Amino acid sequence: MKKPQDNPNVLSPDEDGFYIANISRRDFIKSFALTGFVLAVGFPALVGADETAEPSEQGKYGADAMPHGWVDNPLVFVAIAEDGAVTIMCHRSEMGQGVRTSLPMVVADELEANWLHVRVEQAPGDEPRYGNQDTDGSRSMRHFFMPMRRVGAAARSMLEAAAAAQWQVPVQDVRAELHRILHPATGRSFGYGELAKAAAKLPVPARETLRLKKPAEFRYISKGQVKLYDGQDMVSGLAQYGIDIRLNDMLYAVVARPPVFGGKVLNYDAKDALKVPGVVKVIELPASPSPAGFNPLGGIAVIAGNTWAAIQGRKALKIKWDNGVHGSYDSVAFKAELESAARKPGKVVRNEGDIDAALKGAAKRLEAEYYAPHLAQAPMEPPAATARIVKGKCEIWACTQAPQASRESVAKWLKLPEENVTVHVTLLGGGFGRKSIPDYVIEAALLSQAMKGKPVKLTWTREDDLHHAYFHTVSVERLEAGLDAQGKPVAWLHRTVAPSISSTFGPDSKHQMPAELGMGVINVPFAIANLRIENPEAEAHTRIGWFRSVSNIPHAFAIQSFVAELAALAERDPKDFLLDLIGPPRRIDPRTLGDNWNHGESPELYPVDTGRLRRVIETVTHEAGWGRSLPKGSGLGLAAHYSFVTYIAVVAEVVVNEQGELSIPCIDVAVDCGPQVNPERIRSQIEGACIMGVSLTTLGEISFKAGAVEQDNFHTYRLTRMDDAPREIRVHLLPASEFDTPLGGVGEPAVPPIAPALCNAIFAATGQRIRQLPIRDQLQKS
Amino acid sequence: MITLNINGKPRQIDLPADTPLLWTLRDHEGLTGTKFGCGMALCGACTVHVDGEPVRACVTPISAVVGKHIVTIEAIDQDATGQQVQDAWLTLNVPQCGYCQSGQIMAATALLKQNPKPSDADIDKAMSGNICRCGTYPRIRAAIKQAAALTEVK
Repeated sequence: MKKPQDNPNVLSPDEDGFYIANISRRDFIKSFALTGFVLAVGFPALVGADETAEPSEQGKYGADAMPHGWVDNPLVFVAIAEDGAVTIMCHRSEMGQGVRTSLPMVVADELEANWLHVRVEQAPGDEPRYGNQDTDGSRSMRHFFMPMRRVGAAARSMLEAAAAAQWQVPVQDVRAELHRILHPATGRSFGYGELAKAAAKLPVPARETLRLKKPAEFRYISKGQVKLYDGQDMVSGLAQYGIDIRLNDMLYAVVARPPVFGGKVLNYDAKDALKVPGVVKVIELPASPSPAGFNPLGGIAVIAGNTWAAIQGRKALKIKWDNGVHGSYDSVAFKAELESAARKPGKVVRNEGDIDAALKGAAKRLEAEYYAPHLAQAPMEPPAATARIVKGKCEIWACTQAPQASRESVAKWLKLPEENVTVHVTLLGGGFGRKSIPDYVIEAALLSQAMKGKPVKLTWTREDDLHHAYFHTVSVERLEAGLDAQGKPVAWLHRTVAPSISSTFGPDSKHQMPAELGMGVINVPFAIANLRIENPEAEAHTRIGWFRSVSNIPHAFAIQSFVAELAALAERDPKDFLLDLIGPPRRIDPRTLGDNWNHGESPELYPVDTGRLRRVIETVTHEAGWGRSLPKGSGLGLAAHYSFVTYIAVVAEVVVNEQGELSIPCIDVAVDCGPQVNPERIRSQIEGACIMGVSLTTLGEISFKAGAVEQDNFHTYRLTRMDDAPREIRVHLLPASEFDTPLGGVGEPAVPPIAPALCNAIFAATGQRIRQLPIRDQLQKS
Repeated sequence: MITLNINGKPRQIDLPADTPLLWTLRDHEGLTGTKFGCGMALCGACTVHVDGEPVRACVTPISAVVGKHIVTIEAIDQDATGQQVQDAWLTLNVPQCGYCQSGQIMAATALLKQNPKPSDADIDKAMSGNICRCGTYPRIRAAIKQAAALTEVK
């Protein structure tokens, strides 16, 4: 293994660029612990002239609709050193999606930078400066592709202008090529480093004057050739995650939290805990105010000289809890409650035609109920954060998807002005929605405050993570449909019942919010004349949050399973039946489907395009050899789902043996996410989404008894391991036309169709229909 | 005071003898490449080598590894097989979030040192103790095969 270069100036072109960052990032971690992070250190170039971000044009959709919108000022995102090293800021959190590679790569492309001389720095939480930083909703690339292109193009244009001025030639006579500005007429050239100082003094060109590359000119975008920026660090154990931060004189903390949501400490005895070698102090944290919001849960914290001592100290605590109003939450009873709600009419959220008459007049009818349980995100790195407070200024290091929300929350809890709170964003050892909520970041800040500002690292154990997640909702989806004499669907009634994420942030309305209904239930693009969607009430008894792809999971599971059940009733091929149900290619305004949310995107730019949905189905069935004959016990299952403005279709091949053991030889996935900026990372995200889908389909369940989570660790909250993973995952990326269609999301949309594809395949293999997740031992022969 | 041999160097450790190796490495030695995932030997994120064997550091008290050779991810590049594994991991862009990959690489290296040409079943057996929530399993399998092929060429 090659070693990081000590001096970036001696980097030779055949070496990978990330070695520069390797050594500098290690130094950087050491130095920023002491001095704070100053972008311009060693980089007397573009940054510094005007660091104030221009307010973005706030509109209604996309990045415009997000808090603090977008920023495309090159002075904020690019620094060029006199030695030519280009530093690009990444303002979105890296959690495995590859954003620290892909977004800077977009800047580098328009800048005509040589990737070997690019280093990436992670921006702290500061949305007024960088634009929105909430790394969720599969939107980093969708929202920042164009701003980052403009950042690169503007910086390139400033370098061109600086060179033209020095040569006293018209700017249109010079051009940028791979870290140099050339004057082809005379053969002269300058390296970027030679121009950096002069370029920094020039005005930032107006947005409308920028010349963006034509797609044919792209050097990195759409090529998939750029290696993972953090790859070298990750395989060497040098990558820094939130849990890895170490500061001088740092203390280590764990917290015993109320086992039941809404509970609090009645009384506690810390005598034995304080006797544990290494334990320094025991601190009571206040109970969480209602609603849950981002608030920490309260409890008893143990502060120690190392993590293990803190864990041992916590074991020795004697705590009496008041379990509060949710002390009887029971998953078995709650399932019955949801079923009962689903069997009665509820709030009508979409209604077309006359569903009652159509059901009555149908030649054949089918009813089915589908259950999907709570899930915990369970990132491999549990929540962790380190905080210290020096002279009224709080500094935090955290693995967070929400740096700005972390900053605002800590400021509020510590009663500090926001500018006195700095949130450094580390790498995330997985996020999946859990780390969108900064409750653990606030805990670390409160503990540092209680320790008079000393650095405190808070670590959540796996038990903490599973007991106190912001859980994926639990749901019953009840569907009823009617077919006419020809087997054509004429009536579709869907009741969706699930506690809403909105219950976590306000008084519980007991109804799903538009953003949940818009995740594949209200906006089904089916060609059925009589259709009604209802949303009966459901109450939340725990903190409901975001889990990768969110409500799309139960919705896709129910709808795509039910369509296959209807196909069987109609005695038709599931693929033909699904395509007929979708109907001819058309571009549907989502508002006409009752969906005013549309993943936050413009309904004109992002209509529901049934042509694209059909195309992924046709592609994936072709690639998977749909219709081929398979041995007994094997089967193919199809599902398609539109979410995060991306179209996905999946064919799963399963084998169920004599004992009822399931194996998955292959999953084919066709993806139409519009133009593909980094196809290599898109493939890896789709592969990962498949496995997360397999995991939640076959094993995943969080259940509650007497108000508390029943699963403690990976022996009871089981996740798919290598031996049960699909042996092969084949990702088919549909070619997009030359970057003239807008980008779709990538991180989440492949998760939802996996469960129904697997269950449809199991039906094809065995005739057994799975309507309750997870499958676990439902297939086993006694 | 306990003396441990970590990555070829003797280290004086002033911690209770039942302290797990994991927290000794991370909090005492600053070797944070070895990761915490479960604390119960269920996920493999903390895998290190003890006398060449893959061991879950989270359930291994330091008293049990006195006089043995402990190797962590930070030093695995000093081993030829370890290097091949790291190179294969980079060539195939295996990591997503990267958090579990230290343990995966330690487990894969131990496998290949004992069994230079593992079958799919061998890989399943050796690697199924290591959870990857991002779902990099297909690439891990491919990378192990690639590393095995490279080792063979040498």
